[in-house]
Amino acid sequence: MNEFIGSMDITAKGCNLYYGDFHALKDINIEIPEKQVTALIGPSGCGKSTFLKIFNRMNDLVEGCRMEGEYRIGGIDIFDKETDVNLLRKNVGMVFQKPNPFPMSIYDNIAFAPRTFGVKKKRELDEIVEQSLRRASIWDEVKDRLRGNALGMSGGQQQRLCIARSLAASPKVLLMDEPTSALDPISTGKIEELMEELKKDLTIVIVTHNMQQATRIANKTAFFLLGELVEFGNTDDIFTSPVDERTERYITGRFG
Amino acid sequence: MRGVFLFSGVFSILALATITVFLFVSGVPFIAKTGFAKFILGSDWAPLAGNPTYGIFPMIVASLYVTALSVLIGIGIGLLTAIALYKFCPKKLVAPIRQMINLLAGIPSVIFGLFGMTIIVPFVRDYVSPTGVGYGILSASLVLGVMILPTIVSVSLDSLNSVSNTYYEGALALGATKEQATFKIMLPAAKSGILAGVVLAIGRAIGETMAVIMVIGGSPEMPESLFQSVRTLTANIAMGALELDGDALSALIATGVVLFVFTLILNVSFALLKKGNRAQGTHKVADKKGRRGAKK
Amino acid sequence: MRKLYSALKYICIAALMISLTALVTVVAYVLINGVDKLSLDLLFGDYKDTPSILPAFIGTLQLVGIAAIIAVPIGVASAIFLVEYTNNKGKFVKIVQVATETLAGIPSIVYGLFGYLIFVVAFGWGYSMLAGGITLAIMILPTIVRSTQESLLSVQGGLREGAYALGTSKVRTIFKIVLPSAAGGIVTAIILAIGRVVSESAVLILTIGMVVNKVPETLMAPGTSLALDIYYFASHGYPDEAAATAVVLLILVLILNLLAGFIGNLIKKSTYGDSAKM
Repeated sequence: MNEFIGSMDITAKGCNLYYGDFHALKDINIEIPEKQVTALIGPSGCGKSTFLKIFNRMNDLVEGCRMEGEYRIGGIDIFDKETDVNLLRKNVGMVFQKPNPFPMSIYDNIAFAPRTFGVKKKRELDEIVEQSLRRASIWDEVKDRLRGNALGMSGGQQQRLCIARSLAASPKVLLMDEPTSALDPISTGKIEELMEELKKDLTIVIVTHNMQQATRIANKTAFFLLGELVEFGNTDDIFTSPVDERTERYITGRFG
Repeated sequence: MRGVFLFSGVFSILALATITVFLFVSGVPFIAKTGFAKFILGSDWAPLAGNPTYGIFPMIVASLYVTALSVLIGIGIGLLTAIALYKFCPKKLVAPIRQMINLLAGIPSVIFGLFGMTIIVPFVRDYVSPTGVGYGILSASLVLGVMILPTIVSVSLDSLNSVSNTYYEGALALGATKEQATFKIMLPAAKSGILAGVVLAIGRAIGETMAVIMVIGGSPEMPESLFQSVRTLTANIAMGALELDGDALSALIATGVVLFVFTLILNVSFALLKKGNRAQGTHKVADKKGRRGAKK
Repeated sequence: MRKLYSALKYICIAALMISLTALVTVVAYVLINGVDKLSLDLLFGDYKDTPSILPAFIGTLQLVGIAAIIAVPIGVASAIFLVEYTNNKGKFVKIVQVATETLAGIPSIVYGLFGYLIFVVAFGWGYSMLAGGITLAIMILPTIVRSTQESLLSVQGGLREGAYALGTSKVRTIFKIVLPSAAGGIVTAIILAIGRVVSESAVLILTIGMVVNKVPETLMAPGTSLALDIYYFASHGYPDEAAATAVVLLILVLILNLLAGFIGNLIKKSTYGDSAKM
């Protein structure tokens, strides 16, 4: 696959996804702009996480998952036969709900992706590790124990480590699947600040259960319900003057 | 790379198939030639006689006796031991005792054989046996009974532990004593797991060779007493192996086939019991751990 | 009624005492009875005038080596296939599972017969260490497959996802993430399997020929092992040598079994750190 160059916007056209007989995503069309934060909101089971996982093709790993539609990142068809799924995933990083640091040192965690893609020189690795940890604003906390086990960190630190680990692969897009739902408010605040910083060079798509979080960090918000994309627009508009009645009911807390 | 993993995955199937084919191809024709009934039910084993006869009935009977008696001893003591560890033992002692029992599960069978030969056999001869013979079914069963103890204890304890504790609390809440709750509620609930353990123990007892041949005497005679030199199926194979060839060797392989069929039957019943376990929804810890323990 | 159940309680405790006494007696007797019969000649002699277990030492090492070299890679790879490539379900997994379980239930003497038929006779190797080693490898394979499977299954799915999400290939994920995470359990299983190889003797009667007085010159030569020596000595009128050899074997096996858990935990600690629990 060609390296991603130029714009980093994400488009999905005619997206339908099935788990066996279950129609999980129904005819979704969306254009997510580059270098902004887009939040996917909606009640549990509405398909927002499933939708997110299309863009680094994590759904490939799910048995019985079938999909239709056209998906492009920066104009490149991500399901094209020519598209190398591993390269795609290098360019489209993902942060999970539960922090999942590898059981190895902090340094090795961050160096994992660069090593996977052939960086061997220690000096280069050192530099990538430091840079990534700085970008994830956790460098100062861990610089003295880079060789310590990553599992010895607190939950919030682990999550920022995982963000740093993704950044080390120098992605163009960052997908975040409820990245703060397992964290305390202080750690959550740190990660939100971090996203503010990162969106300068990255397209960020975040799934969140927390509507306040969406209003705090997202430029755009998409509301999903029962596998449908109900409404998509500027976050301010969605939360102040939603067009669809279902959106309004959800954001005012009348269901979900 | 996937191919390498796939090949390895298939390896077990290949190994099992090869073992089955080799045994049956070399053993079954011999059984057919001798006559199935004559081989299985014949009571004379004289492969080296001028007019050789190959009847393994005495060995089958001896194997069954030894297995039954040793499992009886093993279950009797082992199950009660497990119950004691389950509820009637200071909590602090349970883990170390378990660890010790697990460790002792690793004692090589030849060492049990040696122990039996130097301690059990003379003891039985001098103090128990009415005939003055120490070798035989009783000695073998005692040795095997102790040998399978660790397996039975750990499988039974796992089965008991996997029964939900709410039953126990429920029984206590109804005014049952600790003992009543354990014996009337928990033990029956753990039944199928314990039964799977019994099958496992039977498999070990019937398949054991070294510990048996060192204490059973080895004469291919029909067992008529617990204190008489006899021979089990496994002992028949081990004792004949180094001296025989030709037809006599085929007879040993045929003995192996019979033993193999016995273990297949046990395997199937073990699998069925496991299924029953799952259907009852009690647990699945017992069979896993039990298997592992059993083969140590 | 209550009295009856209380009585049962004491019967159980008595059974516990009997179990422990019986098992401890075996160990204690073997150690006490054999330890004073150990001699340098027996341990390291050249078997000219008096029996020596040096050939058995070397033979045991050879058997462990052969069995481990064959069974460990195949067993681990087999488990990887079952867990990582088939999600541990489906028809094929069922069949492999049944095959391993059946293999696990086959008596060792039947393995011995098989080894004899195929390696000693059909392949024309004659009684040889190689025949014994390979047969033992097949015998310990099911245990290794099973324990490795369990270790792999206990690795959190999130780690695999995390690696894939970074663009890591499946094979690299397996070797760099999954296997290191499961290493503690796998190593424990391997050491326990080695313990079984060291303990086994019935298989060897039929495959390595029980030549007790010569160090095998090649792997194709017949030989002996520590466990087999005990049988040989005990049944050929050397009770003292049997007792002494039993001490050596028993200590060796107990150490292996203790080491198995200890080393496994050590590895777990070094992968997961002190704070993390498995």
